[in-house]
Amino acid sequence: MTAVLRLASWGYALALYGFIFLPVVVLVLFSFQDGRLPIPPFEGPTLRWYAAVWQDRSLTAALGNSLVVALASSAVSCALGFLAAWGLARGRLAGGRAMQGLITAPLTVSYLLIGLGLMISFNLTGISPSLLTVGIGHAVINTPLCFAICFASMGDHQVNIERAARDLGAREWQVLWLVTAPMLLPALAAGFALSVTFSWDEFIIAFLLSRFDVTLPVEIWSLLRSGLNPKTNAAGSVVFLVSVAMVLAAEFTLLRRRR
Amino acid sequence: MTTPERAERRRAWAAVAPALLWTLAFFVVPFAMMAAMSLWQRQGREVVRIWDLSNYQDFLSKPHLLGALWNSLEITVLVTVISVVLAYPLAWIIAERVPRHLQRLALALAVLPFWTSYVVRSYAWTLVLAKNGVLNQALIGAGLIAEPLEISATRGATVTGFVHFFVMLLTLTIYANLVQLPANYRRAAADLGAGPLAVFWHVTLPLTLPGIMVGAFLTFVLCIGDYITPQILGGNSELVLPQVIMLQLGRGADLPMAAALSIVLMTVVTAAWLACARWLRLERA
Repeated sequence: MTAVLRLASWGYALALYGFIFLPVVVLVLFSFQDGRLPIPPFEGPTLRWYAAVWQDRSLTAALGNSLVVALASSAVSCALGFLAAWGLARGRLAGGRAMQGLITAPLTVSYLLIGLGLMISFNLTGISPSLLTVGIGHAVINTPLCFAICFASMGDHQVNIERAARDLGAREWQVLWLVTAPMLLPALAAGFALSVTFSWDEFIIAFLLSRFDVTLPVEIWSLLRSGLNPKTNAAGSVVFLVSVAMVLAAEFTLLRRRR
Repeated sequence: MTTPERAERRRAWAAVAPALLWTLAFFVVPFAMMAAMSLWQRQGREVVRIWDLSNYQDFLSKPHLLGALWNSLEITVLVTVISVVLAYPLAWIIAERVPRHLQRLALALAVLPFWTSYVVRSYAWTLVLAKNGVLNQALIGAGLIAEPLEISATRGATVTGFVHFFVMLLTLTIYANLVQLPANYRRAAADLGAGPLAVFWHVTLPLTLPGIMVGAFLTFVLCIGDYITPQILGGNSELVLPQVIMLQLGRGADLPMAAALSIVLMTVVTAAWLACARWLRLERA
């Protein structure tokens, strides 16, 4: 009985890991396809599709745009989220619960609706779509995240250190910048890393709020119109690699902090 | 109130204000504008500000719009059920069968493809499911089928793509739930004579049910609001609500209708949330 259960467990785990990895393996394998179609049989390795991605001006421009939008919107999200978390954790403000609810509300709404709402209001107020509006959209979805992460790591023990700094003559911005922020660095780093990965990967808001300059997922979306193509595989593999590298970097910096 | 306390309170307000204003300007106001837009009408290429419910009446009277909501609900419920059923055993195996020091690695591997771009992941599934793609060629090679299966551009392809994503997500949340259970409960049940299946059925499963519900709700919300997966994998044969919303932005540029459909989508999600919250409260009481 137990032996059967154990065998079934390992069989099941193997099958599910296979299912989970299947599309990624196919994607990466056929990015090296020496042929016109990324489907079997595999015709031997080549790097020419990666060269094609590298030489594609609109792809590399989109990659740059994605980086700028991800870094800028994540910085804004972290700043807004950190300040709000500090104010709500320290201030004992009337209506604190309601404000907390309002700030985290965007987490409960689908990206499509946030993007559409912003598109309609930019449209009505005459603001034309650009990388700036994409960045605003991404900061809307990431601010609640940074707020929640910072809020969770605000502790009472930090209050006395802040008071000590104030007693010793630090100005308010100095307390925040030189005392509170360094104490919350792990939370800030985690919030920033998560925001960057979300923004880097976000499609629908970027699609709705951009026109001429687009981010990488939007550019890849337009590549899809050409159907199955090893070049799309190569572009997708590069994006995957960058994301995994970012996750690993975040994991290692956080782990090192914990020790 | 003493003066330092008042100063502290003023500082706190100053710190919260930017995030509040940001959320108001770029989240609350856009929603108000979308709600207003849903009550206006498109005439020709212009949006006319006549306030009425005609967009919602259109939604209820046109079969292809109501049908899209129905497709969305069917696919979402199907995806949620399949994903929970597939993810639970995997999370259980990682939590119970994998040695403790390897669990983190096993979990990280189980969610690694999570980090492929969402758009790219759907594209990768079209490679797998294409008529002469990996899956069909493997099945034909193994002699299991003679003719390639027509999976691409069907509901089955959409469901496969979704299930892949949500199995990873749910494995994470259910695992987090399982490792929080004190091992003593299970030991007590085993001491009292319950076999492994009985322990699972009468102890582990009921205790993890609230966690499963939260994960299922998350799956429901993310799935019903997603445009990318059904658009890339499902083709145009059977549209879901987000696809129909995006269609309104195309040729006709019917912003009022897109806004009305979005409000419908949000109402459905809110209803699901209320049902889930009510269930969790009842469970706790």
